[in-house]
Amino acid sequence: MSRTPSLRKLGALLLAALPLLLAGCSSALLDPKGQIGEEQRTLILTAFGLMQIVVVPVIVMTLLFAWRYRRSNRDATYQPDWAHSNKIEAVVWLIPCVIIAFLALLTWYTSHSLDPHKPIAADDGQEPMEIQAVSLDWKWLFIYPEQGIATVNELAFPEDTPVRFRVTSGSVMNAFFIPRLGSQIYAMAGMDNDVHLIADEQGIYPGRSTNYSGAGFSGMTFDAHVGSEEDFDAWVAEVRESSRSLSFPEEYYALASPSENDEIQYFSEVSPALYESILKSFHAGGEHAEHMAAYADERQGAHGHGGGHGEPAESHGASPSTKGAE
Amino acid sequence: MLGKLSLEAIPTHDPIIMTTFAAVVLGGLAVMGGVTYFKKWGYLWREWITSIDHKKLGIMYFIVALVMLLRGFADAIMMRSQLAMASAGAEGFLPPEHYDQIFTAHGVIMIFFVAMPMVIGLMNLVVPLQIGARDVAFPFLNNLSFWLFAAGVVLVNVSLFVGEFAKTGWLAYAPLSGLEYSPGVGVDYWIWALQISGIGTTLTGINFFVTILKMRTKGMTLFRMPIFTWTSLCANILIIASFPILTATIALLTLDRYLGMHFFTNDFGGNMMMYVNLIWAWGHPEVYILILPAFGVFSEVIATFARKRLFGYNTMVWATVAITLLSFIVWLHHFFTMGAGANVNAFFGIMTMIIAIPTGVKIFNWLFTMYRGRLEFTSPVLWTLGFIITFTLGGMTGVMLSLPAANFVLHNSLFVIAHFHNVIIGGVVFGMLAGLTYWFPKAFGFTLDEKWGKRSFWCWIIGFYVAFMPLYVLSFFGAVRRMQSYANPEWQPMMVIAWVGALIIAAGIACTVIQFYVSLRDRKQNQDVTGDPWDGRTLEWSTSSPAPFYNFAHLPEVKGVDDFWTVKQANGGQPPLSEPPYQDIHMPKNTWEGPVMALFATIAGFALVWHIWWLVAVGSLGVFAAFIARVFNEDVDYYVPAAEVERIEREHRQRLKQKGELAYSTRLGVQA
Repeated sequence: MSRTPSLRKLGALLLAALPLLLAGCSSALLDPKGQIGEEQRTLILTAFGLMQIVVVPVIVMTLLFAWRYRRSNRDATYQPDWAHSNKIEAVVWLIPCVIIAFLALLTWYTSHSLDPHKPIAADDGQEPMEIQAVSLDWKWLFIYPEQGIATVNELAFPEDTPVRFRVTSGSVMNAFFIPRLGSQIYAMAGMDNDVHLIADEQGIYPGRSTNYSGAGFSGMTFDAHVGSEEDFDAWVAEVRESSRSLSFPEEYYALASPSENDEIQYFSEVSPALYESILKSFHAGGEHAEHMAAYADERQGAHGHGGGHGEPAESHGASPSTKGAE
Repeated sequence: MLGKLSLEAIPTHDPIIMTTFAAVVLGGLAVMGGVTYFKKWGYLWREWITSIDHKKLGIMYFIVALVMLLRGFADAIMMRSQLAMASAGAEGFLPPEHYDQIFTAHGVIMIFFVAMPMVIGLMNLVVPLQIGARDVAFPFLNNLSFWLFAAGVVLVNVSLFVGEFAKTGWLAYAPLSGLEYSPGVGVDYWIWALQISGIGTTLTGINFFVTILKMRTKGMTLFRMPIFTWTSLCANILIIASFPILTATIALLTLDRYLGMHFFTNDFGGNMMMYVNLIWAWGHPEVYILILPAFGVFSEVIATFARKRLFGYNTMVWATVAITLLSFIVWLHHFFTMGAGANVNAFFGIMTMIIAIPTGVKIFNWLFTMYRGRLEFTSPVLWTLGFIITFTLGGMTGVMLSLPAANFVLHNSLFVIAHFHNVIIGGVVFGMLAGLTYWFPKAFGFTLDEKWGKRSFWCWIIGFYVAFMPLYVLSFFGAVRRMQSYANPEWQPMMVIAWVGALIIAAGIACTVIQFYVSLRDRKQNQDVTGDPWDGRTLEWSTSSPAPFYNFAHLPEVKGVDDFWTVKQANGGQPPLSEPPYQDIHMPKNTWEGPVMALFATIAGFALVWHIWWLVAVGSLGVFAAFIARVFNEDVDYYVPAAEVERIEREHRQRLKQKGELAYSTRLGVQA
């Protein structure tokens, strides 16, 4: 049986699995840089390993049984009416049940321990740092309420510091995700979501929206710069040097109008409670409605002009025509 | 006068679309010219369009599904080519405007207009024969269901050339699909194509549910039904329970878009979380509507070609029932990342992985059906073996996704794409192609060419692994779904490999097309004279191939599972032939109302998309008028005279005598 179809299939399978093994070292999820991500990697590998108890025998049995009981093999037993065995039935119910029972316990435990809303316990009882992330068409606005600054498409925070990201949207649904640090969470307009993350190592970690949100979705990326406390302070100082401010509603709505592949932007001053204002703009009596008409036109426009993709980002600070009636 | 419709709606600037448009127009003209030249319009109308014969409707479902498979696959190739090119700042050849429509259309077409009609087509072809019935419970509804489905197909295809299709992803998540963020007609095409075909699907569900419960032949108790019929019954229960949710959800979205309401908008109390919950409350059962009948196919195929009773029949049934029930309490696993609490996530995660238990049991049952059997490696068996291995891997990645804490890093990534193609290609597509090959002779009277069938299998399975294993890998690098381009050049090699995989699958599809051609050419050699080409076990093989329009001259009586097999064994391996005297057979008449209702529904749908209100009125009135005509039509049935039945049965006997019996005894010799 040198070149049997079954063997060929197995070969193809192994070949396909090979890159997965090779890729392990440089991949974001298998080489996480934060506690949450590490626990998630362990969970994925544990679940994967556990299920091999069923998967490997099934594949082996498929190939083995198919070959052994092939039509031309007259040596194999043939029992056309044998269709029941209490022993086999018990085993085939029992094994999956045991594995799933174990996985269910694991699920219960990790759903709670890795609940994105759960604060990360810091060694010294330190309160988590708060960063507010707002998904816009098609860029990320990050607000630092404690520092009173904001940025577009760039994040920075110190290592070993638990961070609470509050996440909402000024537009359609998106999801906030930094693969090397772990959990993602949906950004939804008018809703205040949150995810707690921590980075254990310095570095620049790419992040992005993972939930499709329209034409500029592919460019909704940002880098998270994780450095020392000093690095972070220096970064904050740099942002504060910017001459631009972000007030609500005028400058915010100018920024929120659709644009693609936006450059990094810094705002040294932001309206107090900007994040809350954005949340409330969608609630009863909020500002969103009055900006809506102009907004729909713009979004349509962004699709219309030759696809709109790849055009340089509009500079919002320079010539903002205030959207909607004020 | 024409609402939002104007000449600008035709995308004349896009060479890809315009070339396709020209090809479709020319192809359409050629087909219509051919039909006219050969004077076949009357034949088409009488024998196909107005037919209520479940077998012909099954064939038509399959023809449409295969055509739509070509379109859905063209979308797939374009996406893979785009992603193989658009790396590190490169733009590729598809701007987001176009790319976003393509991935939306790909998903919608493959699920609603390829997988669904294949599953429903197969049920049409097989279920009444398996339960020993002459037709379905509501033959007119069956015709109407097909044509409503066809109306959806027409609308989706028109959207390619007139206007645009949705750019929202296949489930059109609100608020992106709302008027504020998708002001164009794309979402409206999506709405009306799904709404109209969805009503057809609901009617099919009711029809087959009643058929299976009420039309079984004498002795066919529930626990003597073939497994394919069991899985169809469960799938139809799922249709009845879940499709109304889809209809209602889309209706609410319609109110948002057409009447300015705020069910799912960002403001005025609208709630997009409600939309996502509702759409998945339908969406998750939907995947079981597709996979359960595929499980049924594999059960029939493996038992037939192993020449052995299916191992653990009762377990198989209860596993199917368990999956049916569980499929309604797992929908939240599609959006763990929405931010529900840990208890909620854990509940839905655990419910999801519990489904792995009955599914795992099924897989072991198929394995133990092969055990101590005599397995013949026909192409349906190859599809089944490929399925068992591929689906097991897909099930494993599914369980990984069902762990909420793991889902937080895998969600929305290419892992999800790889996973569901893993189970849909490995499960539904393999199942439907196995079922098509297996039951093809029953529909057409000759078997499909094995050589090209096996080639198709090898291309599909190798192509699948080459195309989708790289996506699992990429997901670990942080690559997400629905990207039109990506910055990281390290992803490109994997994207290129995936593109090669898609090309291999294309070769598989080409093999299937060649298979049809070769089989048609060699149909004389491959004729299925006996009606039982595989030495089958269930009732559909007891009648001739192609099955006569009345299915059975005498309604069979059943005394156990695999009754036909038992009868053959008792009869020295020979199936008993029907004996005179025959009786008049009560049959339904063809219907013109079904296609006419669907035609007007298509017109109404198109008019609704473009806000052409007078035409909406015309379409709706047309549907209503044809419906009233049907209600008052009392000339809906007739009797086939016994003499006619006798003539048909005698012809079958003569064919058997001429060449059949020889073939029969040769084949039976193998078994001894």
